[in-house]
Amino acid sequence: MNVYYLQLLILIGINIIMASSLNLVIGYTGQLSLGHAAFMSLGAYTSALATLRLGLPFGAALLIGAVVAALFGIVIGLPTLQLKGDYLAIATLGFGEIVRIVFLNLDITGGAVGLRGIPKETDFLWVICLVLITGFALNRIIHSRVGRALLAIREDETAAESMGINSTYYKTLCFGVGAFFAGIGGGLFAHWFRYIHPNTFGFLNSIEYLCMVVLGGLGNMWGAVIGAGLLTIIPELLRQIADLRLLIYGIVLIIMMRVRPQGILGQSQGKSTHTLSRYYKQILGKIKNR
Amino acid sequence: MLRVENLSTGYNSIRVLKQISLTVSEGEIVTLIGSNGVGKTTTLRTISGLLRPTEGSIHFCNKDISHVPPHKIVELGISHVPEGRNIFPRLSVRENLEIGAYTRKDRLEIKKDFKKVMEIFPQLAKRQKQTAGTLSGGEQQMLAIGRALMSRPRLLLLDEPSMGLAPLVVLGIFEIIKEVNRQGTTILLVEQNAQIALRTAHRGYVMETGRIILDDSAEALLQNDQVRKAYLGE
Ligand SMILES: Nc1ncnc2c1ncn2[C@@H]1O[C@H](COP(=O)(O)OP(=O)(O)OP(=O)(O)O)[C@@H](O)[C@H]1O
Ligand SMILES: [Mg+2]
Repeated sequence: MNVYYLQLLILIGINIIMASSLNLVIGYTGQLSLGHAAFMSLGAYTSALATLRLGLPFGAALLIGAVVAALFGIVIGLPTLQLKGDYLAIATLGFGEIVRIVFLNLDITGGAVGLRGIPKETDFLWVICLVLITGFALNRIIHSRVGRALLAIREDETAAESMGINSTYYKTLCFGVGAFFAGIGGGLFAHWFRYIHPNTFGFLNSIEYLCMVVLGGLGNMWGAVIGAGLLTIIPELLRQIADLRLLIYGIVLIIMMRVRPQGILGQSQGKSTHTLSRYYKQILGKIKNR
Repeated sequence: MLRVENLSTGYNSIRVLKQISLTVSEGEIVTLIGSNGVGKTTTLRTISGLLRPTEGSIHFCNKDISHVPPHKIVELGISHVPEGRNIFPRLSVRENLEIGAYTRKDRLEIKKDFKKVMEIFPQLAKRQKQTAGTLSGGEQQMLAIGRALMSRPRLLLLDEPSMGLAPLVVLGIFEIIKEVNRQGTTILLVEQNAQIALRTAHRGYVMETGRIILDDSAEALLQNDQVRKAYLGE
């Protein structure tokens, strides 16, 4: 296969993993997280160090990266998930920046130089398998008792508590699972490009994943897949104007907000568009502030 | 069954409840009436664990629940139908009811209760797949009550079930409340509509700015001059 198309496919696969895991947090549980790229970086750095320095097999390295990301997800989630809406968004954003700055300053991660010479382990087969595993696992979660609890929390947290749902527990759990798969995405990324830098996983990358979820439709499995596909391919097609990528994202979001606020596949219901347009406003506000 | 003693709570530093005491015995419908902002909702929220008391105690079946988190209180057998209903708008009627049974594991019994709720609310039975947010106000109230019943509570806390509903619909809802009580669920009912509340309940408490000023049987309160002037508009 042409290397260029292979790379595009692999990126799409990684982005599907990222978007669908973020969808669990934002779309199904209603927690606006702006730090998804930070979990990806934890997975990327951990797995890269595991193969590079410890010589571990790729599969084990991926798993360790994902577990480390998940642990951070849980540790960060426990206090921050008590916050609501805007405050949660700001806290996760802050967390993402802290992770980035720590990686910029650590010796073991190569600091501002980045981490080079990571073995090329990721291939099409790994990516396709992990996309399928991620999709399958998330699908199982969403259609289980746990998924019900997450939906209830998204719809109305106080009412969910009154139904006997321990919202702190489930929100933290979902944050951990989301971070786990983001860690897998990071591991795949690191072992494909063979070079990672803290800025590869910055705030704007978190926003990109958010855009994928919102474009595809919050709370829809296939929506995240379509969103990830479109927002990987479109910027590629417009390579000559790569600098305008964020502008394009902004325009896409504004158009969606006017035309189809629930996303391409999102469920439309009177009240839901209200929360969605709130998300858009937050996202756009944050992009503007940069 | 429920014993609230010298309970005080507030939001931040503002004290809303000032040492209120009340009891509910098994099998009763007890109502708590009072005008806007006196603290009725706050009382229910404190009982169901959504707010922490600053003073006093709440006992349920002889167990101190004043500092038990809300999800545990449901397991103990208290179910709260909040003011404004708080149904899950984007989930279907059926899903809303299923979440109501979240703390339970006995599938067969849950199925039975589901059927029972469908019998009590035939209007909902026809609309199992409809998204709850598109139900009418009355149907949403029915769903909220049905959802609370799905946890098979021993004590049901109802916060202004009449709110925003047409008089005829209100009558229907209160008939159902009586029926639910006849089938064995104890009820603590908060209402601004004192007339219908006192005609439904066995006993009542009257609340004014964070204090309970009167308590008596419902008939006696209906005859009470003070109540008639202030709450029954006579
Ligand atoms: N979250 C809150 N933060 C601060 N104050 C609050 C909050 N909720 C209620 N209050 C205040 O507590 C007081 C009692 O409110 P509560 O909702 O218990 O009244 P209520 O008796 O249920 O009134 P209504 O009949 O209008 O529902 C009011 O003065 C209200 O302003
Ligand atoms: Mg109230």
